[in-house]
Amino acid sequence: MTTLPGSFGAYGGRYVAETLMFALDELEAGARDILRTDEFQRTLGGLLRDYVGRPTALTPAPRLARALDPDGHTLGEVWLKREDLCHTGAHKINNALGQVLLAKRMGKTRVIAETGAGQHGVATATAAALLDLPCEVFMGALDVERQAPNVARMRLLGARVVPVETGSRTLKDAMNEALRDWVTNVASTAYCVGSAAGPHPYPTLVAELQRVIGDEARAQVMGATGALPDAVVACVGGGSNAIGIMRAFLDDDVSLYGVEAAGEGLSTERHAATLTRGRVGVLHGARSYVLCDDDGQIEEAHSISAGLDYPGVGPEHAHLKDTGRVTYLTATDREAVEAVDLVARRVGILVALETAHAFARVADVGRREAARRGRPASVLVCLSGRGDKDLGSIEAWRAAHGGGAR
Amino acid sequence: MSRLRERFERLRAGRRKALVAYLCVGDPSLDESVALAQAAVRAGADVLELGVPFSDPVADGPVIARAAERALAAGATLPGVLEVARRLRAETDVPLVLFTYANPLLVRTLPRVVAAAREASIDALLVVDLPTEAAGELRLLAAQAGIDVVPLIAPTSTEARARAALSVATGFAYYVSVTGITGSATAPLEAASREAARLSAEHGVPVVVGFGVDSPDKARRAAGPAEGGADGVVVGTAIVKAIEGARSPAEAERAVFDLVKGLRDALDAP
Ligand SMILES: Cc1ncc(COP(=O)(O)O)c(C=O)c1O
Repeated sequence: MTTLPGSFGAYGGRYVAETLMFALDELEAGARDILRTDEFQRTLGGLLRDYVGRPTALTPAPRLARALDPDGHTLGEVWLKREDLCHTGAHKINNALGQVLLAKRMGKTRVIAETGAGQHGVATATAAALLDLPCEVFMGALDVERQAPNVARMRLLGARVVPVETGSRTLKDAMNEALRDWVTNVASTAYCVGSAAGPHPYPTLVAELQRVIGDEARAQVMGATGALPDAVVACVGGGSNAIGIMRAFLDDDVSLYGVEAAGEGLSTERHAATLTRGRVGVLHGARSYVLCDDDGQIEEAHSISAGLDYPGVGPEHAHLKDTGRVTYLTATDREAVEAVDLVARRVGILVALETAHAFARVADVGRREAARRGRPASVLVCLSGRGDKDLGSIEAWRAAHGGGAR
Repeated sequence: MSRLRERFERLRAGRRKALVAYLCVGDPSLDESVALAQAAVRAGADVLELGVPFSDPVADGPVIARAAERALAAGATLPGVLEVARRLRAETDVPLVLFTYANPLLVRTLPRVVAAAREASIDALLVVDLPTEAAGELRLLAAQAGIDVVPLIAPTSTEARARAALSVATGFAYYVSVTGITGSATAPLEAASREAARLSAEHGVPVVVGFGVDSPDKARRAAGPAEGGADGVVVGTAIVKAIEGARSPAEAERAVFDLVKGLRDALDAP
């Protein structure tokens, strides 16, 4: 009997109250004995195809490439892996559907989830509706305000949305509250974690469910160009879309870049650049980088995008940072808003604010790769989700800060 | 022999149950915490759990979470909590358990924390989110420093997990009465008491029952009979609530004294 690896180098593990240990063991057994069976994979594969709409498209973006690098010296082709085309509008559904299906097979009668931007909450509510399980979603009260459309969507889907008023009233507090609910209802309830974070086996489970992004993209780029991309870029909140696209390229000569939220700037305290500015600690059950003070108190993160507004990050990314396999960059709120504009006008896609952080660094990645390889670089971007949910946030940001196109 | 071992042996010899009192240190202030802890000891607490406030107390219900927020807002830190321990030790030989989440320890590194805890004459460490298999390094360092490490056992712990926890427990073990967070109202206390007694007898380590004990009646039920019951009970949320509800430091001290005295009397009643 093989057991899933519980750690990534010095990171990961299980730092949770004893009460939850049996549930994590149970989930690990489910991930090992149910998720990996042919039958489960066939069922999930069918749902991903017929319900989610996979495989998602791979879209070339030549006008974006030219806007970012008019002379074509550094950026060759730019490819977009279109997770915005997934049902519900983001990559989150790949994971939610897999976990809710697993919960069903494990005999659970209720699912709970935390959500930041609301995308994972919507995805879980959707999967729960499809598979007929009651669903409760914990969401920071601040996020309930700034992601109102997604709150309405979850409620329409039949989920109960629980606003969380503690702490910073954002994603970390929603996860605290979800963990409290889980500890209390652990026998009946499955906790569908929304990113590649949390205690073992979540980082591994979520990465396995999201790696479909990279597996498809790798084959699609190869099919279109006959070669691998030179670099892959993804935004990093908890790290699920990033690890999902990166896992397929870990053994290739492909440079990998994660982009964290620099909020109002790394020189301020208002950012969410956990890998770039954090220190090693424990948050939400795993050892990883965290944003915390000298006393070990978790600090409030800040990002214009609710989905990146998190002071932790998945443990696999901590390991990939330390080994140097992945380079982690940052983008500010302003850069993200500007990137939303640019991609909208050059490609005709309204990307999520989270995703916009990845686009904000594509020109830099092109320059780095061109310097390294001595030719214009081809870059694959994980377009993790669509931006309809963010119209209010963008307008509010512009009203407060000015700037961006109109 | 450790101060905790000695305390539990003395209690056993006198056929008495241990009363363990939890405080969220720094709520409302470090000075007040010293006075409140002393009130608890005067009222008959056998062991004090000094709670280190943490920003993200996932194992705690709203009462203790609010207290932690107040304590942090008032400037409490781990060194502040250790200072409270030092001041208490100057006055009393009651065993002191540092009750904490992992991150405040890990950012300082465990060797430094254990050295500081020893210097503050802390008798034991209880780290809520450090399950037995993750606490190896801590146990090693603590053992070298003569500090006990108290494990948590839950109703969901398998027999194998409980055995593993108890085989390395020093001082005592903490049986969580309910699958839930602190402050849960409806804990199956009799069952917890029986389970604690069984584990204690099988492993030769004192086992106390905590979570959901907030009245003399519940204290008696959680403790169970003199023979075949738990070695003691923990009261936490009720104390924190009494402090929260008080309008002055004097009123808080009186409320804590009265609460702990009521529990003590109930535990000692024939
Ligand atoms: C569209 C989109 N991209 C990215 C993220 C960030 O999460 P992760 O880092 O797990 O991919 C979110 C989170 O809500 C999201 O909605």
